[in-house]
Amino acid sequence: MIKNVLATRTGIIVVGAVIGILAPLLQKLGNPGNMGICVACFERDISGAFGFHRAAVVQYLRPEIIGFVLGSLAAALAFKDFRPRTGSAPFVRFVLGVFAMIGALVFLGCPWRTLLRLAGGDLNAVLGLAGLIFGIWLGTLFLKNGYNLGRTQKTHAAAGLLMPVVMAGFLMLMLIFPQIEGVPKNDILFYSIKGPGAMHAPLLISIGAGLLIGFLAQRSRFCTMGAFRDFVLFRQTHLLTGVITLLVVAGIANLVFGQFTVGFENQPVAHTQHLWNFAGMALAGLAFALAGGCPGRQLFMAGEGDGDAAIFVFGMIVGAGFAHNFGLASSPAGVGPHGIAAVIIGFAVCLAIGFTMRKK
Amino acid sequence: MTKTIDARGLSCPQPVLMFLEAVKSPEDTQFEVLVDTEASRENVSRAAESRNCRVTDIQETGDEYHLTIVRKT
Repeated sequence: MIKNVLATRTGIIVVGAVIGILAPLLQKLGNPGNMGICVACFERDISGAFGFHRAAVVQYLRPEIIGFVLGSLAAALAFKDFRPRTGSAPFVRFVLGVFAMIGALVFLGCPWRTLLRLAGGDLNAVLGLAGLIFGIWLGTLFLKNGYNLGRTQKTHAAAGLLMPVVMAGFLMLMLIFPQIEGVPKNDILFYSIKGPGAMHAPLLISIGAGLLIGFLAQRSRFCTMGAFRDFVLFRQTHLLTGVITLLVVAGIANLVFGQFTVGFENQPVAHTQHLWNFAGMALAGLAFALAGGCPGRQLFMAGEGDGDAAIFVFGMIVGAGFAHNFGLASSPAGVGPHGIAAVIIGFAVCLAIGFTMRKK
Repeated sequence: MTKTIDARGLSCPQPVLMFLEAVKSPEDTQFEVLVDTEASRENVSRAAESRNCRVTDIQETGDEYHLTIVRKT
């Protein structure tokens, strides 16, 4: 058995630090404000690139996401950790993915971006972080009371490889139909010409950063939801150390790059409706806890052969379609016209899942 | 007494929760834990160390791990 250096405390700190440096760097190189990496936002942009929603400002086939899955696959294969598996309540995971995305888009960010927004001085993210922790805490109550989606089954290697193959296919599409300066669509792929979707680092850098993070995160099991869950459930601080390192290092990197501005108002891709920043992220946190991983971790698990995690990812991509087509997603102006209703419905669904899917 | 915990196919935190539940009963001094991902093996091992236990043996068969955990006396 190979000793897994990255699963040690030092390892998780190194991984947190690498993400903490790369995310602000990606922002410096073109990604949107306090959005060097945001798994929810980037999956939403991918949804837009395919035209699953038509919000013209958030359409770009983000290579970081592709890199996360392929980097994780590379690590899993290199260290004999590729475990093709599936069959633990896939549709429940899909639905959790849909509402996780809706909650995240009411706040405007996944847990990674919550940390990055905080590291950029965006105080609205304090509400988001509080909501995230509250949602995860709700999730732990269900876990303590027997919530369980059941066992996975081993499956064909080819089945486990399907998600990485799909991601590689997305990359091929991007190479076949590349962005044309100032044109909103190249044949089948949409490309934002203004707004956050138009802001991105060069493709090779994005994919490279994604691959590196995917590789490291697969080995270290980096997970922002797990960080808070494990602390709440069993006072275990292993993953939390990585998350705190990410926050501190990203804060320093932002100061160095001149990307740090403290305040609530006029923060990039953010709104100031405190209650809904809290509630949106609380819904997302609950959905992540019930699904067993933050959006980043779901990508890494999908890369190592977990078909259920892949279903969650596609739940999020479809959720982004609902969020923008139905006016659920927030904008810098505030929550969308039906965002509040969606959060309430999301809570009802997630709580029902938590209450009814228990094993005594 | 030895207690066997079959956590195969379960994703975290379930294997850890099952181990922590089992470790509560003081009459059990040895635990045989079955898991099938490396992450679960690491997490259960970490949880064992934090509960005054020691992982004395890990058997790897195919895609499964069989952990032997003993309560420190």
